[in-house]
Order: sequence, then C-alpha cells, then structure tokens
Amino acid sequence: MPQPTKFTQAQLDWLPWLPPLPADELTPRHWDGLVDPARAKSAYFMLLARDPDILGARTRTDKDIFYNPTAGLPRAERELAAAATSRLNGCIYCASVHARFASHFSKRGADVDRLLADGVDVDLDPRWNAIVAASVALSETPTGFGVANIAALRAVGLDDLAIADAIHGAAFFNWANRLMLSLGEPALEERK
Amino acid sequence: MSHKDVIDHLVGITQGSHLDGLRAQRVQARDNAQTSYLALFHPTDPVDMSLTERYAVAVFVAGLHRQPAIQAFYAAGLSAPPDLQPMIEAEIARGATAGPYGSYPEGPLSAEDKDGPAYTAITAIGPRLQAALAHAHMLVFHPRDAAPEALRQLEAAGWTATGIVTLSQLVAFLSFQIRVIVGLRALAEAS
Repeated sequence: MPQPTKFTQAQLDWLPWLPPLPADELTPRHWDGLVDPARAKSAYFMLLARDPDILGARTRTDKDIFYNPTAGLPRAERELAAAATSRLNGCIYCASVHARFASHFSKRGADVDRLLADGVDVDLDPRWNAIVAASVALSETPTGFGVANIAALRAVGLDDLAIADAIHGAAFFNWANRLMLSLGEPALEERK
Repeated sequence: MSHKDVIDHLVGITQGSHLDGLRAQRVQARDNAQTSYLALFHPTDPVDMSLTERYAVAVFVAGLHRQPAIQAFYAAGLSAPPDLQPMIEAEIARGATAGPYGSYPEGPLSAEDKDGPAYTAITAIGPRLQAALAHAHMLVFHPRDAAPEALRQLEAAGWTATGIVTLSQLVAFLSFQIRVIVGLRALAEAS
C-alpha cells in the first residue's frame, strides 16, 4: 500500500513495524489495558498491548482529556490542539484523525484543511490562532510555552479550565505522535 | 498508594489551590497521568526494560528538554551504577539541540524537511543504553525521521519487541508529562 505524502483528512491505515501481540496471548490484564474490547482489532493497540499497564493508563488519560464533556474547552478546539501538534511534529496519521474530528465538531473543514496544507503559521481567526500558537509553543523542544501564551489564550476568551484543556490536548499529542510515528507507518486505504 | 502525584509535586500544586481545583475537574486525566508514571517507573514486571534503564532514559529525556527540576526528580531514582549519572549528563550536553526537525516521505512536504544533528551515544555506556539513548534522542527531537531500521538497531542491541514498546511509551509519556508540568506552571504563574 502506498504511503501518504501530504497531510489529509482522509481515512488512513496504519501498519506496524513490530509484531502486535497475537490474539491468543491476551490475558485479563491485556484486556484491561485495551480498555475497549473493540481495540483488539487494531494493530496499533495490539502492539501497545505488549505493555498493558501503560497502555491502559494512556488510554484513560486520553479519554478524559478529549471526551470529558464538562465545561472547559469545546471539543472542537481540543481536537484543534491535537491536529496542530500533529501538524508541527509531522504525524500525518494523527493529523488525519484529529483534523477530521476538529472539522466534524467545528463545521470548519475548510479552515482545518488550510492548517493541514499551509502549516501551523496559517491565519485562521484570532481564537484558533491563539490555540494553534499555544500548541506549537508547548510542543517545541525545548518548549517556549509561557505566561505570554496564557495571556493570549485569555485574550481570546478562554477561561483557566479551557486553557488547562488546551495544554493537556497539545501535551497528549506529543505522546501520541511519538508512538504513531516510530512504531509503524500510515498507508493510504485501498479503494474498495 | 504512597507515591505523591508527580505533576502536582513538580508544578508545586497544593491542596485547595486554584490549580488543584482545575485538575480536580479532570480527575480521570489526573489519576491516569499518575498511573502512567507508576506503570513506567514502579512497574510490577520490569523484565524487558530494567529500572536502571528506565531512570537513565528519563534523566536523559528531561535533560534534553532543559527541565532541571524534572531531571533531578528522575535522577533521584537512578542509584546505580555510580558512574551512570555523570555519563548521562555528558550525553545530555552532547545531544542538546532544538526540535522538531526531520524529513517527510518524498513528495510535496519535502519542502518542509528540516536538517538537524544525528546523535550517537558513547559506546562506554553499554550497547542497550547506547541504542536506547539514540532512539530517545530521535523521539524527542525528530520523531518524523523514525524508520523501521531504528527498531532493528534496538533489536540488534538486545531489545525485545515488548522492551521497545515500553521504551517508546516511556519517552513519549515523558514528552507529555513534561509539557503538562511546563503548561500548568505557566498557568499558575499567570494566576
């Protein structure tokens, strides 16, 4: 299967570079690490299931950062932080998934496309620009994130819980990008 | 569990503070960030990656991020052998750079390819850690340069598939934990 050579919102496949855990080796501890039994169908999660304790904790951290509906940053903008981080780090697979989510929740697919095509310096609107800039500053190594980013986020209307959500969304994708980039590769789905 | 919450500890969050209140509203994320730390640094079953290897890589990763307090926190878990600590510090200095850099698959994104140093750890640190530090440096600064050959080099140095998953999770988790600490510190400072 051919590799994607640009950022896209299309559905991609992901192929592991190490053997996933064989299904017949799954113990109750592995099922707990997978959290959602449907993930036993995913090569990515079955590879990570080789160390089930960290996989389970990773997944539960991820779910609360992105899916907790109570207050804070709207889901669309948590996904924007994830997509911007993935765009900066160069994770074509992660960017595809979270660009789709950002588009779905914001109904701003054309803006998300511009982020993917033009990169993290793109001009979207003041609020999205501040979230993208904060995600970028936090993701650079060494990080350049500081009180100026907090002030910029407040200036476009984020309260402190929303700012904490943006920090966690970008920080989490520094975790996710590094796994997806280094344990396998994206592939264009074959047309059915 | 007797272990203090590491993020609270390194940000300086005290019970009842503004930041404590914010974290309490995402209690699953807070608890599972700590559970992730425990799974990696207080594992029930460290067979495929030794505790010394875990703390050595953590000190290196925190040092590459230029976070002295976080580096010192993980250095406290690195008890032996005594010459390892100064060796890791020397490797942090040798590996220092800025990221993310790296290359994309050949095509329209090649215009965004960004050069950066290729780091190799010293042989004296031993083959497993030498390979692990090289891999950690790539993950920290130029993860888009990852390739299957990098995993083959880890395997050649004695890393199992499960050990490579744990090593990758450890470096990737620290990339998260360090940024949550830096982000929340800024938020506390601006409060």
